[in-house]
Amino acid sequence: MNFLREQLDKVKPHFQKGGKWEKFHYIFEAHETLLFVPDHTTKAKGAQIRDAIDMKRMMMTVIIAMIPCLLFGIYNVGHQHFLAIGQEASFMDMMLVGAIQVLPIVVVSYAVGLGTEFTIGTIRRHPINEGFLVTGMLIPLVMPPDIPLWQVALATLFAVIIAKEAFGGTGMNVLNVALTARAFLYFAYPSQISGDVWTYIGDANVVAGYSGATPLAIGAQALTTGENVVASLGTFGAGWADNIFSFSNMFFGFMPGSIGETSTLMCLIGAAILIITGVGSWKIIVSVFAGAYAMGLLMNGIGANEFMLLPAHYHLVIGGLAFGAVYMASDPVTAAQTERGKWIYGFLIGLLTVLIRVFNPAYPEGIMLAILLMNVFAPLIDYTVVNANKKRRLQRATV
Amino acid sequence: MSKFIKLKKGFDINLAGKAEKRLAEVDQPETFAYKPTSFHGLLRPKVTVNEGDTVKAGAPILFDKKNEKVIHVAPVSGEIVEIKRGEKRKLLEVVILADKQMEYVQHKKYSVSDIGNATREEAVEHLLSSGAWVNIVQRPFGIIADPEEAPKAIFISAFDSNPLAPDYDMLFKGEDQYFQAGIDVIKKLTPGLIHLNINSDHEVAQIFAHAKNVQLNKFSGPHPSGNVGVQIHHIDSINKGDIVWTISPFGVIQIGKLFLEGIYDSSKVVALTGSEVTNPQYYKTYTGASIKKMVAGNIKSDNVRYIAGNVLTGEKIDAEGHLGYFDNMATVIPEGDYHEMFGWILPTTNKLSFQRAFGLLSFLNPKKEFVVDTNLKGEPRAFVQTGVFERVTPMDILPTYLLKAILAEDYDDMESLGIYEVIEEDLALCEFVDVSKHDVQSIVREGLDLIQYS
Repeated sequence: MNFLREQLDKVKPHFQKGGKWEKFHYIFEAHETLLFVPDHTTKAKGAQIRDAIDMKRMMMTVIIAMIPCLLFGIYNVGHQHFLAIGQEASFMDMMLVGAIQVLPIVVVSYAVGLGTEFTIGTIRRHPINEGFLVTGMLIPLVMPPDIPLWQVALATLFAVIIAKEAFGGTGMNVLNVALTARAFLYFAYPSQISGDVWTYIGDANVVAGYSGATPLAIGAQALTTGENVVASLGTFGAGWADNIFSFSNMFFGFMPGSIGETSTLMCLIGAAILIITGVGSWKIIVSVFAGAYAMGLLMNGIGANEFMLLPAHYHLVIGGLAFGAVYMASDPVTAAQTERGKWIYGFLIGLLTVLIRVFNPAYPEGIMLAILLMNVFAPLIDYTVVNANKKRRLQRATV
Repeated sequence: MSKFIKLKKGFDINLAGKAEKRLAEVDQPETFAYKPTSFHGLLRPKVTVNEGDTVKAGAPILFDKKNEKVIHVAPVSGEIVEIKRGEKRKLLEVVILADKQMEYVQHKKYSVSDIGNATREEAVEHLLSSGAWVNIVQRPFGIIADPEEAPKAIFISAFDSNPLAPDYDMLFKGEDQYFQAGIDVIKKLTPGLIHLNINSDHEVAQIFAHAKNVQLNKFSGPHPSGNVGVQIHHIDSINKGDIVWTISPFGVIQIGKLFLEGIYDSSKVVALTGSEVTNPQYYKTYTGASIKKMVAGNIKSDNVRYIAGNVLTGEKIDAEGHLGYFDNMATVIPEGDYHEMFGWILPTTNKLSFQRAFGLLSFLNPKKEFVVDTNLKGEPRAFVQTGVFERVTPMDILPTYLLKAILAEDYDDMESLGIYEVIEEDLALCEFVDVSKHDVQSIVREGLDLIQYS
């Protein structure tokens, strides 16, 4: 440890003003501060002590909360793979297949994202923020397991530059960065991110009767076929994956989908970590679920078609609702920032998600668009909440 | 109508090194400093004494060229040994080497009934010419009050909820009659009420419990419940155009003594606290005391920071430095100028945090007294986290939006978001808890300056 410190102190002058690698100061600083908390002290006037929390620890907490989803995602990619090709496999085999498929996506996401951040930090001379530590993990978790790595790289590049750095970096972005990456792929390469892409098949042959449809696709189909959605979900997979879309199976996440988003249970574990540590807003997480459930009930009430009649609690476990609610909607930068605003923001996300799902079969997954849309509206929600505060102050003055 | 106000938001920073209830004396000779920097809005102080002059306690030593009526006087009698200036000849301190035996400037003495009969003009004149006026602080802005104004109310906070704050019972014991006389004097200054705000969570000092001619309000809850700004917000909020005054119990007692005894007496009890003090205790001394003799041989380690005031709003001084005008404590904590390997991620129960992010376990042990050093514990970042400032600000104010309005120099928003209701200390906890390590208090003062001088 002392050795490391000495080495760092030895090279440090080169990276400071006037040093030969002055340009790379912020890259050096990012690495140095990752190893050591800097020796900066509080100013002579003002608070002489500071809370032990910093941005790095806060961001790491989010990453830790994502680990259950990542691990389950790796397992599930393997699990779905062997289901689809009709082979029995051990747990370790499933983990292995999953890891081989998933880890390169994680590595590409981090490498491209951090590379971009370092480059821009160097060019624009600003400190490298910790924000991408979280984004870099979120991006792989919302990708289909079969995604070409170059698309991951391109989407990451686009998201970091256009969604974040163009607005001034971490803390200034309007749209959730990871969702922008996903939306980019959605509109730039629609064929690779919709249809039968949610299970990794590889070179193997699929089992007889296999279909790669997701519960959301089945729901959308019901609009044309007029079959009961719950019944269709129940009979789906018969012969090669019995009961794959039973409610409990979908809750636990043993179904095809984006790498990290299939398991509602794992998302709830992540939510518990975020809420207990106070890093994620419980108001947003709870209200997204509440909004989706309320809209589901309303749809049941209208009941104009079979998808509308899908029981409301099914909406909470299919698609990426839980993942979006826990990890995406609660992103403090792009969410509403006032406490009252958070309730409205979350509720509207849930509401819109189900609305988009049911009314727009072209975009079966509503949560991505709902969150991006509400990201844009979050400042407006805050504006009204802040205005209410101003009005209270004014009224008090005139009484 | 007395009010009882229960506050839930806030945070008590529980530090090691509370002062024991024991009173020591600092022997003379000793230096005392009068720091114009203790006062906001004192822009152009003009010193009227020279180095080498001798002064009596209460003799004028400087005045504000912008506000010539307000006179600042020597806290002790003795020789002016130094007039310390900083950059651009900014006046920092007037240092006086105190006499062993204090000599006071003699003012007119009042009996209790004289005080009752005195007019407002007479009281104001007496306060101004004696130098005791500077105890009266105006909100908004936290500046020395303007004698021409009539405030809608006067507020006195009768407890200090800051970390390691001294016990007011130790500070003001036996000063009951002066306190009451002081109240009777300042009562003349406002057509409104005098609010004396006590802490309902602890036993209330007799001196406050028996005070007359005041409205006694009770506050309960964690820091910043003792901040007079928070109290004003809940009792009689400041709106645009309103003026209220605040005064510390020490100021009230000094005014009472001025009228009853005819002297400007700056003797006060201060606490020496902090985890690095061997014997944290109280000292009887005067305004602007040097901490030199209190800390000599009384400090555990070498690399420490001496703070005039408390750890949230105080100012770094050196081992021979002086307390500011309003300070009634000094704090000594470890300096944090070290690198800590992986300090940002290792789980720990020894680091104090309001938050509970991964590995910050101090919340499991709320009774523990923490040793906290001056390390910044992170690097400055953009605003990211939301909702935490609100949890330590027990006022209907949105701190993040207010701070952003100040940074954007948006005057309308500053006003409508409540800048008139706060000064630095009211948002000091925001500065403590901030993940992004902003200098919240200096931002607040920047905003106040923008509004005040625009």
